[in-house]
Amino acid sequence: MADIRTEELTINMGPQHPSTHGVLRLVLKLNGEIVQDVRPEIGYLHRCFEKHAEAMTYPQVIPYTDRMDYVNSMSNELAYVLAVEKLLGIEIPERVEYIRVIMCELQRIASHLVAIGTYGNDAGAFTPFLYCFIDREKVLELFEIVCGARMLYNYIWVGGLSHDITPDFIKKTKEFITYFRPRIKQINDLLTYNKIFIERTIDIGILPVDVAINAGATGPTLRGSGIKYDLRKDDTYSIYNKFEFDVCVGTGEYGTIGDCWNRYIVRAHEMEQSLRIIEQAIDVIPEGDVQSAVPKRVKPVAGEAYIRTESPKGELAYYIVSDGSLNPYRVKARSPSFCNVSVINQISRGHMIADVVMILGSFDIVLGCIDR
Amino acid sequence: MENIFTQWFGDNILTYVLITIPVVIYVSVFALYAVLAERKISAWISNRIGPNRTDKYGLIQTILDALKLVQKEIINPSKVDKGLYTMAPFIVFTAAFMGYAVLPFSSVFIGADLNIGLFYFFSISSLSVVGVLMAGWASNNKYSLFGGMRTVAQIVSYEIPTALSAVVIVMLAGTLSMQKFAEIQSGGLFNWYIFGGPGDLWKLLLIPIMVISFIILFASTLAETNRTPFDLTEADSELVAGVHIEYSGMMFAMFFFAEYAQMFAVSAVISTLFLGGWQSPFGELIPFLNTPVFQVFWFLAKGLMLVGVQIWVRWTVPRVRIDQLMTICWKYFIPITLVNLFLVALYMILF
Repeated sequence: MADIRTEELTINMGPQHPSTHGVLRLVLKLNGEIVQDVRPEIGYLHRCFEKHAEAMTYPQVIPYTDRMDYVNSMSNELAYVLAVEKLLGIEIPERVEYIRVIMCELQRIASHLVAIGTYGNDAGAFTPFLYCFIDREKVLELFEIVCGARMLYNYIWVGGLSHDITPDFIKKTKEFITYFRPRIKQINDLLTYNKIFIERTIDIGILPVDVAINAGATGPTLRGSGIKYDLRKDDTYSIYNKFEFDVCVGTGEYGTIGDCWNRYIVRAHEMEQSLRIIEQAIDVIPEGDVQSAVPKRVKPVAGEAYIRTESPKGELAYYIVSDGSLNPYRVKARSPSFCNVSVINQISRGHMIADVVMILGSFDIVLGCIDR
Repeated sequence: MENIFTQWFGDNILTYVLITIPVVIYVSVFALYAVLAERKISAWISNRIGPNRTDKYGLIQTILDALKLVQKEIINPSKVDKGLYTMAPFIVFTAAFMGYAVLPFSSVFIGADLNIGLFYFFSISSLSVVGVLMAGWASNNKYSLFGGMRTVAQIVSYEIPTALSAVVIVMLAGTLSMQKFAEIQSGGLFNWYIFGGPGDLWKLLLIPIMVISFIILFASTLAETNRTPFDLTEADSELVAGVHIEYSGMMFAMFFFAEYAQMFAVSAVISTLFLGGWQSPFGELIPFLNTPVFQVFWFLAKGLMLVGVQIWVRWTVPRVRIDQLMTICWKYFIPITLVNLFLVALYMILF
């Protein structure tokens, strides 16, 4: 009997699709339900950030960096501002450093809550999404107290901050810490250790270490494969060396190391570690003036600076070339999600469509970051 | 027992028409308010409020939604198979409604007291498979074809654990008639089948088997009616809306209400089999609560409680993948139900 003639089916997921986390287009080649090839097509959110930056003055670029990875605005601002400060060679007050670290860690918690909530939503669990967003509201409320904005802050300025923190902020942050610790456990009970969720995410999308390193994957994507690499410890910036926290890696508690569950659990554990850092920092903020080192005009000498930071998505780096004028000559942003999502073809082969959705969710991409 | 309408109106065609009227009214009202209940309960579970804009508790929300769907334009995509495309929602709807004919609402009211009532119910609910397959194929859309094929595989596979779990009760009761299931479990809470059924203390040995059968029957009917965790045919994060993609307006509403009608029908069947149907849990202690009118209340209460549990499960648990779904059915549910059957047969021989 002759073989049945089968054809490869090409299906398009997105750009408008409820679970591609933004405007990402995935062209899937399927054999029945098994994926043979995944081609991501990006560029739907390209806003020419790097070209715009050449026309702005250095402080004017900061709102643009906010909008790159819009879920992680504080981390983006910090990376850019550290690069500019390196070019300028200025010293910033310690108070500013402490507050920046607190803001970035709060931002890390908010970002991971989005990642966890939307990941549960992709899997079909609608409730953890809303529970995570309730907690995220509390974080955004803290940000609103400080700078008036919930999502895109323009808070971390070259040489300092735009506003100082108030005692109200400190009190509310401490309340948040005590409020949030049991909530992490609640989310873990509801989603992370749920048998159906574990069955959906283990042993799929296993990212081998060499593939990850060759592609430049960083952040929870890399740490889920068992590599203990965190820029806050390995290439420390700002004052992270003063705080005590663990680097979370995927340990294979369920499933194999490098699969979606382990990437996910890294994020769930990192929220706890961020709480530890905030706890250590919030009590010892030294006095000072946050605006004292902010220069009137930012005019660095000609040169270049490259700063790498650990944003919640991975390694976010800025390479700034200055030619001695008020505008940067070139700003290049190295986006973590761009490199993370480039491995999706190699690791999705042989899985089903439902698994592609889960794999994509486990990278926690933000298209603003990929497309810039 | 004779339906009370035949006592009042005689055994002619008028009676049978009049019997259908309360049932149809109930199903329509239930389908409308089940949608609202789902939205409200899901909102409370996720710390929201739910519809409260139309009036304070959202009570007329679904009626207005139904009106909106009725006045929507029915978009006829150009390359669909016209006959199949139009007929599919009606077949699914009819299959869901026809199941209500054998539900024992009370000791004196049942649509048709067939002596193979349970068998009729399970066969009729399989008719919806045909409707879904027609919808998937006729929509001329890759995604809905995928959804249709998945649904057929799912429903047909889960027929087996459903039937086998129900057969446990059939063996103990010795009959397939729905009314008899409810009548046998008389005498109060501990005579219900989930506690082993009427009989002497040896029945307590049956409790683990009954509880497992109850759980498997409940889960299998979740799969039959395409509810989470088995709703991958409507998974809106993968194949957006599956089989319903190309439908709009009233045709979509047909699928929608058929799902809710089926939810109550299977909950009612489970409660008749395991939880005593229209029997009052107080038995003869409070005879007032055992009158035919109150029996309707008990029946509806048990059915609605199970519907509530279905809604609760939907909003708590993630969904499974298609191959995991098949694994659960064939590798776990079917062996467990077969073992249950064997153990109940053993019990019947020994005691």
